[in-house]
Amino acid sequence: MSIFEFTILVWLGSFVAGLLGALTGLGGGVVLVPLLTLFFKVDIRYAVGASLVSVIATSSGAAAAYVKEGFSNIRIGMFLEIATTLGALLGAFLAAIVPTSAIATIFGLVLLYSAYLSRKPRPKSEWHQPPDPLATRLRMNGSFPTPEGIRHYNVSRVPAGFSLMFGAGTLSGLLGIGSGAVKVLAMDQAMRIPFKVSTTTSNFMIGVTAAASAGVYLNRGYIDPGLAMPVMLGVLTGSLLGTHILIKAETKWLRLVFSLVIVVLGIQMIYKGLLGGI
Amino acid sequence: MALLANWTDQKVEDIVAVLLRSGVLLSAAVVFCGAVIYLARHGHTPADYHIFRGEPTDLRSISGIIRDAVGLQGRGIIQLGLLLLIATPVARVAFAVFGFAAERDRMYVIFTLIVLTVLLYSLVGSS
Repeated sequence: MSIFEFTILVWLGSFVAGLLGALTGLGGGVVLVPLLTLFFKVDIRYAVGASLVSVIATSSGAAAAYVKEGFSNIRIGMFLEIATTLGALLGAFLAAIVPTSAIATIFGLVLLYSAYLSRKPRPKSEWHQPPDPLATRLRMNGSFPTPEGIRHYNVSRVPAGFSLMFGAGTLSGLLGIGSGAVKVLAMDQAMRIPFKVSTTTSNFMIGVTAAASAGVYLNRGYIDPGLAMPVMLGVLTGSLLGTHILIKAETKWLRLVFSLVIVVLGIQMIYKGLLGGI
Repeated sequence: MALLANWTDQKVEDIVAVLLRSGVLLSAAVVFCGAVIYLARHGHTPADYHIFRGEPTDLRSISGIIRDAVGLQGRGIIQLGLLLLIATPVARVAFAVFGFAAERDRMYVIFTLIVLTVLLYSLVGSS
């Protein structure tokens, strides 16, 4: 395959991944690395480097839209970014010493977990927490606009959320994914933050977390311009188009199909990882 | 800080939105320009990403990337675009330092500076 054909095909694949990721709300980054390693036979370190770059592009693009809505809590985000960026550094350093077969296997497990999470109904949790002393000291409690007026919320269990965020950052740095699912889990289940606030704040954090490991990847020589170029341009155009053509009726089916694809890719990654094929 | 004293949260967030969007669009434009040069020159070479070699040293450091980009090398220009993209969230965090300083929130100025230090270490100190 010539570089020209390779570029066009990788661009197309990334475009579809970005489009489906935006339409289903599951994020396209999670299928990029399996796509590149399983179908294009790209070394997983190059694939993770290219995926990290595309994660920054989509997250920054989406965050620009979210900051105006007034749901994201910049204090929660910034405090937890201390954990995610340090975790991301650890993940990026681990990527250099962990065997590629182990990275593939971990990736497969994360894919299966993401598919499981995407089939679970969205938590309809309406937390009403008493004020927590630590969260109050950290000025994390906030409010957001609802049709019924301003709703105030209190944040709980900051240490648990902080530790989970460190783990989310490590996964992100090792696998080149946004780990949005783990971030939302930490904020929703551990810290009891309202769902709308945790999803938008998570999106705001993903780009910063990915940037913390992308620097290490760049310095290590894991980011190849010839590969990252079609991946980044493809995912970006795909997700931009996806956010503009949100069709409500079809997303249910799309989510089902997309999570099935994720399951198949996850099993393949584990299989190849265990057999040492990657 | 007197200059920043009358900044409202809304104004800060508007600027952040513009900053993020223009960072992404600018880097995508630079990557695209590099792609045109790269494909015009190397489009017919066989592609090989199966064997991991790591990038040459000039595509690993900021100074090397700028040198290659100024020399109008396709791969150097693409890498410069990717560097701009990685710098976008860093600029956003740097901007948040000023936002918290304007609100005289010393605790969050410190938190944000910690995040900024980690990001800058990753970008320039980790080689």
